[in-house]
Amino acid sequence: MGIISSGFSGRRRADDPRLPPGQYLTEGFPVLSAGPTPRIAKDDWAFTITTEKGDVHRWNWDEFLALPQEDVSTDIHCVTSWSKLGTSWRGVALDTLFKDVDTSFEYTMAHSYGGYTTNVPLADLLGGKAWVAHSFDGKDLEPEHGGPARLLVPHLYFWKSAKWVNGLQMLPQDQPGFWEQNGYNMYGDPWKEQRYW
Amino acid sequence: MSSVWRVADVVATRMETPTARTIRLRIPGLHGHLAGQHVDIRLTAPDGYQAVRSYSIASGGGRGAIEPHDLPDDELELTVEELADGEVSPYLVRDLADGDQLEVRGPVGGWFVWRDGDTTPVQLIAGGSGVVPLMSMARAHAAAASPAPFRMLYSLRSPASGYYSDELSALAADTASPLQLDYVYTRQAPEGAPAPARLTAEGLMRRTIPASDSPTFFICGSTPFVEAVSGWLVDAGHEAARIRTERYGGIGGTP
Repeated sequence: MGIISSGFSGRRRADDPRLPPGQYLTEGFPVLSAGPTPRIAKDDWAFTITTEKGDVHRWNWDEFLALPQEDVSTDIHCVTSWSKLGTSWRGVALDTLFKDVDTSFEYTMAHSYGGYTTNVPLADLLGGKAWVAHSFDGKDLEPEHGGPARLLVPHLYFWKSAKWVNGLQMLPQDQPGFWEQNGYNMYGDPWKEQRYW
Repeated sequence: MSSVWRVADVVATRMETPTARTIRLRIPGLHGHLAGQHVDIRLTAPDGYQAVRSYSIASGGGRGAIEPHDLPDDELELTVEELADGEVSPYLVRDLADGDQLEVRGPVGGWFVWRDGDTTPVQLIAGGSGVVPLMSMARAHAAAASPAPFRMLYSLRSPASGYYSDELSALAADTASPLQLDYVYTRQAPEGAPAPARLTAEGLMRRTIPASDSPTFFICGSTPFVEAVSGWLVDAGHEAARIRTERYGGIGGTP
């Protein structure tokens, strides 16, 4: 139960079953970035998946938009304790992007413009659980929120949903990415509160 | 260690401005912290309801050069800005009392931190209450008598909204390890100072370490502030990889 603060009541109640432990609801959309927002023109944008054999599957912006598009309504949970419910995204499922990818490796490192990385097991990207999203609330994704496109892995803490994503590298073993080297959990399940080391 | 909730004692508090309060905590088992890290604070209401927020550490994590910041290893200080629509900050600023207890997790963070062995020139840029983790770095710099050139640009609404004014002046006057200090006032300037105005790209360049000196930047403030300042720095030829940012509502912010 913890230490009781007798003068503290709290305005918002955490009785929403969609809210993981230790999270509070926000209506805003806070920004969390380690450095300057990269400026990426859609004409220069590309997304790649690189396998253990060195095969590179590559999509430019037009090819990416020509893939089957999905609308996703989902809750998102930031490690800094805010959650946002019922957010609306549009993008391409990782299932679609991995359709012709031949790999036996079970881990991935997501890479972004600007050098950011984060590790995600392949199983967490497939099965309708993850997307490369380019729209939020019916509009192009803002650069500060990861535009032109970001990874969307909503069942993990949101730092795993890498902004400005430009590729996935298949890995034989799990390796820590950027925040994971800087104090954050390797996996990041919000329902288990896997926030830090 | 950082995943564990620990019970902390409130050792002392003081108001920095009419809406901002510094809270000194004693955390059994704490062995210092890095300058720029944050902690999570958990409050529990009498009915069991809990709320968690992240707050930046203001203390330097080492022996302070200037009283009252010479803290033992198991103590640290936070500075919390009261948000009008906040759930946790009004309690911390208005109701928490010396001798109270609360729960703390952390310190956390290995990116937005300054390590006192680093001699690279450092430019700190603060927007409003974003000064808190940067003050931690300035204090650590002074405490270590670091030879690293340190400069701080502090953008604030008015002189009355500034945190740590006297101590910043003292750090600027420190002969062993000076902090070069520049203020920008956006709404109300002190007498004799230039008229208040928002920071511009040109004003930023005049008050920061030039790209030719390859400084590391630590920028903390609101998202529009951080976006504008970091964009101007990239435009001016600073390497993006040397620009580290933190925003309110992000890691270590003050929601």
